[in-house]
Amino acid sequence: MLATEQLRLSAEIVELADRYGRDRCALMPILQTVQDRYNHISEFAMQEVANLLQIHPVEVYSVVTFYAFLKADTLGKFVIRLCRTISCDMQDKDKVARQLENELGIRFGETTPDGKFTLEWANCLGMCDQGPALLVNDQVFTQVDFAKVHDILEGCRRSFSVHPMPKGGH
Amino acid sequence: MSLLKKGPIFSSGILPDEGLKRALTLTRAEIISEVRESGLKGRGGAGFPTGVKWNLAAAARGEHKFVVCNADEGEPGTFKDRVLLTDYANLVFEGMTIAGKAIGSHQGILYLRGEYRYLLGQLEGVLDGRRKAGLLGQNILGKEGFNFDIEIRMGSGAYVCGEETALIESLEGHRGEPRNRPPFPVDTGYLGNPTTVNNVETLVLATAVLARGAQWFKAIGTDKSTGSKLFSVSGDCERPGVYEFPMGITIAQLLREVGGESAKAVQVGGASGTCVPASLFAQTLAFEGVPTGGSIIVFGPGRDMLKVARNFMEFFVEESCGQCTPCRYGNVALLQGIEKLEKGRCSMAHLNELLALGESMQLASKCGLGQTSPNAFIAIVKHFTDEILGRALPAQQA
Repeated sequence: MLATEQLRLSAEIVELADRYGRDRCALMPILQTVQDRYNHISEFAMQEVANLLQIHPVEVYSVVTFYAFLKADTLGKFVIRLCRTISCDMQDKDKVARQLENELGIRFGETTPDGKFTLEWANCLGMCDQGPALLVNDQVFTQVDFAKVHDILEGCRRSFSVHPMPKGGH
Repeated sequence: MSLLKKGPIFSSGILPDEGLKRALTLTRAEIISEVRESGLKGRGGAGFPTGVKWNLAAAARGEHKFVVCNADEGEPGTFKDRVLLTDYANLVFEGMTIAGKAIGSHQGILYLRGEYRYLLGQLEGVLDGRRKAGLLGQNILGKEGFNFDIEIRMGSGAYVCGEETALIESLEGHRGEPRNRPPFPVDTGYLGNPTTVNNVETLVLATAVLARGAQWFKAIGTDKSTGSKLFSVSGDCERPGVYEFPMGITIAQLLREVGGESAKAVQVGGASGTCVPASLFAQTLAFEGVPTGGSIIVFGPGRDMLKVARNFMEFFVEESCGQCTPCRYGNVALLQGIEKLEKGRCSMAHLNELLALGESMQLASKCGLGQTSPNAFIAIVKHFTDEILGRALPAQQA
């Protein structure tokens, strides 16, 4: 990471601590915001958060690695999480999974080389009556079929051409 | 998608904030005794009497008390809270405000699961509206000295955080690892303060209890399970969705309503619930029958029950917090057993060992996750023995 980027990240984290507080209860909201903005929580970011909240960086690392939506490794700009739990499974989520893999040329757990898309499994998204369901970042899509997979990915790609550097979150 | 069928409570025409307005004319003790008298029990699945919980939190010593709404709806097959938060958010916040008045709290927290973050903006909007209308903030509805506000905090994708002490750990910035109980949150909860953690649906029903009174509420449902219940119905049926029925409806009646009469089994209560075969569809859905947080997953005649068991067990292996050994290792061992069954390589002796392991997990796990994760496997082995034993090897491996 460039020194200037580090400075910017540090300043952002200070700002977040000012907003959410400098006690341990602020940890989750701060990490969630960093995750949204940077698509991951770097070791540097964890150290900075630890310093501000006056806790050991290992404590921050343990929290980051516990929650499915917080990641130490960089994810794509668009994280696609397909529900694999029973009701979506019974509504042919496997077909949607294969289609996603074919369209993106990656397997689940991987990120496209251009850093645009990550494919992940999710556990029950609470859309069991309208499966198969998936999340693209925060946005939920239901009754996903082959045509919809294509539309969803095209929608994501279009947003790249409009905004050269889109944010991961909404 | 909104409620597919409104039952006795959602169709009763209760006016907005009718319950809160009445609560403000009552003393704290009167509110609690009304809720206790109604027989309302927690709708998240555990079924603890709400009035008792509120009373404990009200009686506990502490300068600051907290009302936490558990909107970490992660149980597979459950989505009623999604509908409530989408279409009835005002009722949820009204219920939290009533709870605040009852236990003497000024601060509510709604813990929203990360998967539902698309609802956050809308929910913040509802909160703003309530503040502007004097339903939140200082001196609510002109009631001198009654101050209460609500903030929304996000989860980040962890099923175990639906367990109330894990939820509190998460709010405090820790891994979502359940605590030993006792002490219970009503005594030692958020930041060590007395805290009542209630399910979304429970809080909504509390508004109805206050609006119409305990006697009206008690007249719905059964003696031991008063009121109505929202059921999240999915799987092999014609009309999946959220339905409100009085407590005590039979599984067969419910299946008729949703168009799932041909089912060979129903999973009641989600992955942590139990699997009920067609021969037992006359059982009632109630605390004294088959208890449930409302998840109903219908399995049609063609479903492979071993595949179902595998899906549930993969879920628990992934979602176990790893803190206690029975759950951390037990779920993995059960999943390996299921793989053996799939290959037709499981002896009866080994199957019995797996069942015994499941029982050990039920007894020895620290929290509800590990205590319930073997339920579905045990039920499927019991009711579908012929289907899961002696399976032929898949062609390519034979």
